[in-house]
Amino acid sequence: MTDLETFRAETRAWLEANCPPEMREPVRSEKDAVWGGRDQSMLTPAQKLWMDRMGARGWTVPDWPKAYGGGGLSAAETKILREEMARIKARNPLNSFGISMLGPALLKYGTEEQKLEYLPKIVRGEIRWCQGYSEPNAGSDLAALATSAEDKDDYYLVNGQKVWTSYADKADWIFCLVRTDKTTKQGGISFLLFDMASEGVSTKPILLISGYSPFCETFFDNVKVPKSQRVHAENKGWDVAKYLLGHEREMISGMGLGQVGGNPLIDGAIATVGLDHDGRLADPLLRASIAMFEVRSKAFGMMSERFIDELKAGRAHPAQPSMMKYYGTELNKARHELMMAAGGSDALEWESERSSGGAGARAWLRTKANSIEGGTSEVQLNIIAKRILDLPNA
Amino acid sequence: MPLYLNDEQTMLRDTARDFVAEQAPVSHMRKLRDANDAAGFSRDLWKSFAEMGFTGILIGEDQGGLGLGHVDAGIVLEEIGRNLSPSPFLATAVAAVEALKGSAQAGRWFPGILAGDTVAALAIDEGAKHRDSVAMKAERSGNGFRLSGKKQFVTHGHVADLIIVAARTAGAADEANGITLFAVDKDAAGLTAEAERLTDSSIAARLEFDGVEVDADAVIGEVDAGREPLDRLLRAGRTGASAELLGVGGGAMDMTVSYLKERKQFGVTIGSFQALQHRAAHLYSEMEVARAAVLKAQQLLDAGDAGADAAVSVAKAMTTLATTLSVQEGVQMHGGIGMTDEYDIGFYMKRARVLAEMFGDANFHADRLARAAGY
Repeated sequence: MTDLETFRAETRAWLEANCPPEMREPVRSEKDAVWGGRDQSMLTPAQKLWMDRMGARGWTVPDWPKAYGGGGLSAAETKILREEMARIKARNPLNSFGISMLGPALLKYGTEEQKLEYLPKIVRGEIRWCQGYSEPNAGSDLAALATSAEDKDDYYLVNGQKVWTSYADKADWIFCLVRTDKTTKQGGISFLLFDMASEGVSTKPILLISGYSPFCETFFDNVKVPKSQRVHAENKGWDVAKYLLGHEREMISGMGLGQVGGNPLIDGAIATVGLDHDGRLADPLLRASIAMFEVRSKAFGMMSERFIDELKAGRAHPAQPSMMKYYGTELNKARHELMMAAGGSDALEWESERSSGGAGARAWLRTKANSIEGGTSEVQLNIIAKRILDLPNA
Repeated sequence: MPLYLNDEQTMLRDTARDFVAEQAPVSHMRKLRDANDAAGFSRDLWKSFAEMGFTGILIGEDQGGLGLGHVDAGIVLEEIGRNLSPSPFLATAVAAVEALKGSAQAGRWFPGILAGDTVAALAIDEGAKHRDSVAMKAERSGNGFRLSGKKQFVTHGHVADLIIVAARTAGAADEANGITLFAVDKDAAGLTAEAERLTDSSIAARLEFDGVEVDADAVIGEVDAGREPLDRLLRAGRTGASAELLGVGGGAMDMTVSYLKERKQFGVTIGSFQALQHRAAHLYSEMEVARAAVLKAQQLLDAGDAGADAAVSVAKAMTTLATTLSVQEGVQMHGGIGMTDEYDIGFYMKRARVLAEMFGDANFHADRLARAAGY
């Protein structure tokens, strides 16, 4: 056996022995997603076991270096691990903005002390992070942010307000963009990390059209942040922010891929509409819409594979994440529109047990934010036009 | 295998890009059209494709070819698409070669293809829309078969040396099995070709087989077992057409984006207008996704992967959608000049329409994927 074949065999055996049966069931609702953090009282025993076991091996983030708690796996080994997890339909052991957003930025811009301090806790799901980016007057024009960090020699004094902070009410720490220089725009921003339990931090959930509150308003009132918790140089935070946004866009673009295994869109349509005597969906126009959507969905799956391969080889255009984010989120919205159409009036139930508490309808409404958060579709198109197609400014 | 070209493939792309742009740019096609050229393509160009080794890309090294794969063939096809070069490459060096591969017929036809002397045509379609079914009959007669029926959309069918014909030797029209694939010589008695110039100025024939007698050795593979070589031909043809579409769509997009940077109205370049920027960026995204689908299909075909068939349909449907958008946006964003015959963008629109129909359009392939997925 080659080394990779041995790795596959060992990985398969380990997963078989260590992935609890409950963690091989499809994810049904938001409650099934594991986020980790200081408060793990909401986790089921199986969720906690699975996260802890994977975290201990560094396999929650298989391709980060071992020195920072990661799995230290090569690209080929990481792919094998993902394939073997998919084979037994293993759930993602840990969802984390630390993994998908902060971690890559720390690996690039953090000091050695910062990497050793923060990364292992991300890997093991011990600290749950949130992102302090948008403000009431800084949305698409993010660099207009006003939250101030005043230099007090050994610490910054932070005052201001963030909005659309995902799960701020559940997060332990925040990575936050603050203004350290009011005289310039992009060049006056710094990137800080601080504890949400710090004095002066408060959050207020925002009720959304889905009936859920995944986002908060976050207020800072004279919050003291040690300078050692600044990532990269003062007034260089915009570099970190952009780099991190690229990773956020990659993560959001993954939503265009749909779920591994069964296809809820097709299964749902067959359940409500049925098949005709030729084995075709009995509603020919719905079938045509789904079939044409599936072409793009499958092709985007291939694009994601290509993008990851190019990224690893350093061949991807630096602005390509904008294309992925744009396409993936628009596709995800289209998928949920079709799922609602396929579900008919069944899919409209908001509270019933039959509908898992309106899970489909709420998910449909949630997708509408996909093309707004992390930079709107229009912002992504601007970036593609200027940075990839090199079209002139107005 | 990563989803990008390896070093050898990148070199081949650079070679093919320079060669096709130099030997057969859009002006070459325009000249053939203006001269009302009876063949619809240049035999000299076909000869130089052979000299470059291109015609042997999919032929094994043991038979004198390069022994490369669909990724490599697609590299040449993309450049053909980008330059709208009329060429028998897709039908001959890709689809026909794949059909003949491993059969007794390979030894007879490969040398001519390698030398750039032989041109093949594919007699597959029987109606205006491509279908998976074959109705045309081949009846046993003496030592061989008698072919009767009609085929259409046979590119180069009026001048091809070899015609690959799918006909039914058993079963009913919609059955998958009972098909036999024949290699028919152009001079076969009872075969008539009506050459028709198409929208894009390429020439396709309507072929009529009026009791055409062929020997038993004209059979490619086994009698009644033509589904397998026919599927190979179709997979190769569909993937190849997708690669050519990628070139057509990419060429049209490049022209359009360049035009947006040049054309001034209201005192500014029109590419500074956000209304056009967003449409151009959306087009870029569609073309990128299409490119990934084509490369994936090519790689899976080369690997002999069971998932190749579905990927081929994704590629053909996706490139058809993306390139159709590219040529439509191309003409629209060029404005009035895009409607003129003098300007090239209209040629891209015409070629895209022809390639969209070839080997099944986007609806055909979306339907095919839906059936395979059980709905």
